[in-house]
Amino acid sequence: MARITAGVGSSHVPLLGVAHDQGKDKDAYFGPIFAGYDWTREWEKAEKPDVVILVYNDHASAFDANIIPTFAIGTGERYKPADEGWGPRNVPDVEGHADLAWHIAQSLILEEFDMTIINEMDVDHGLTVPLSMMFGHVDKWPVKVVPLAVNVVTYPVPSGNRCWALGEAIRRAVQSYPEDLKVQVWGTGGMSHQLQGPRAGLINAEWDNRFLDAMIGTSDAARYIPHIEYLRETGSEGIEMVMWLIMRGAMGKETRCLHRHYHVPCSNTAIGHIVLEPVE
Amino acid sequence: MSGPKDIHSYLAEFDDIPGTRVYTATRARKGYHLNQFAMSLMKPENRERWKADEAAYLAEWPMTEDQKAAVLARDYNRLLDLGGNIYFLAKVFSTDGLSFLQAVSTMTGMSVEEYQAMMNAGGRSAAGVRSIKDKN
Repeated sequence: MARITAGVGSSHVPLLGVAHDQGKDKDAYFGPIFAGYDWTREWEKAEKPDVVILVYNDHASAFDANIIPTFAIGTGERYKPADEGWGPRNVPDVEGHADLAWHIAQSLILEEFDMTIINEMDVDHGLTVPLSMMFGHVDKWPVKVVPLAVNVVTYPVPSGNRCWALGEAIRRAVQSYPEDLKVQVWGTGGMSHQLQGPRAGLINAEWDNRFLDAMIGTSDAARYIPHIEYLRETGSEGIEMVMWLIMRGAMGKETRCLHRHYHVPCSNTAIGHIVLEPVE
Repeated sequence: MSGPKDIHSYLAEFDDIPGTRVYTATRARKGYHLNQFAMSLMKPENRERWKADEAAYLAEWPMTEDQKAAVLARDYNRLLDLGGNIYFLAKVFSTDGLSFLQAVSTMTGMSVEEYQAMMNAGGRSAAGVRSIKDKN
């Protein structure tokens, strides 16, 4: 049977993609950010997951203002990097796992999560930056990816509790898939940042680190954080952290922390990264 | 979840955050064509037509005159007030060759250099800008 072997949380700032693609990952500004992912790149080489369920948000790339799915799952065979206004990133196409994705989609709908199903879409920095951070420069991504896009832009976005519960349902869906697959769940976005208005530039390292603490162990307190707390404490775009809760929910009752990294700033944003293992 | 389940109380809290326009349904409705215009700049052929004549390109969109003027002026705070969302507006400033940091700094009343220096020093503290009514 398929099993969830690990969870990864990571920011997905577009500038990281630029730095990675232009070979600036060891310079004075980006060096300390990328160094925090060295451990993970080595670990992923040893772990060799088959599939990553990659939770991210689309930044007005595949979805425009017309259709706003709260939770959308990609069931396609292949996804191209999006042109976000400066040309597509020169990274490999993302290979899907249509069979597992359809299995998860069907299972989630039976569990009363009414998913939007996407067969064709381009994937933006929200999805490709975490792949670059975890796998570096490659000719082909070493995993298949099931994209799971969450609306964290137009309010109301899903509650933390709903995200956590979706993660729990994803865990059950993966565990009922007959093929023997090693599956990781990644929650991306955040940490504190605000990209708009006179309050832009807000960073809250103390709050972010409490959130990272809350990913570890048996506590499920983070699922009850209300939206207004993210907005006040971590900036308007800090709300992306609800996507980490899908990853955490998919880990089951208890987690162990294998690796953790935090750095301010990258562009307007606090970088957070964590690697978790479910404790059975 | 914690927090209000009544949509009116849920939305009312958003107006209490200083210097922040939360992208609510009201803003999304007001800014629909503005955001769709911005989205159109993801296509290289549209970017070329836009760069050749911005006003003529805008004339093709059913946007308000205020929205068009704010786009031409690259007045991002005004665009947020008129229903723009930053991820859509990013297509406009990316086409201008601006980074997120450069574009975002224009909304803060700081120069790019001052804003970058603030970020490098750890960013803007949440102290004093959490709530208008609680002044914390």
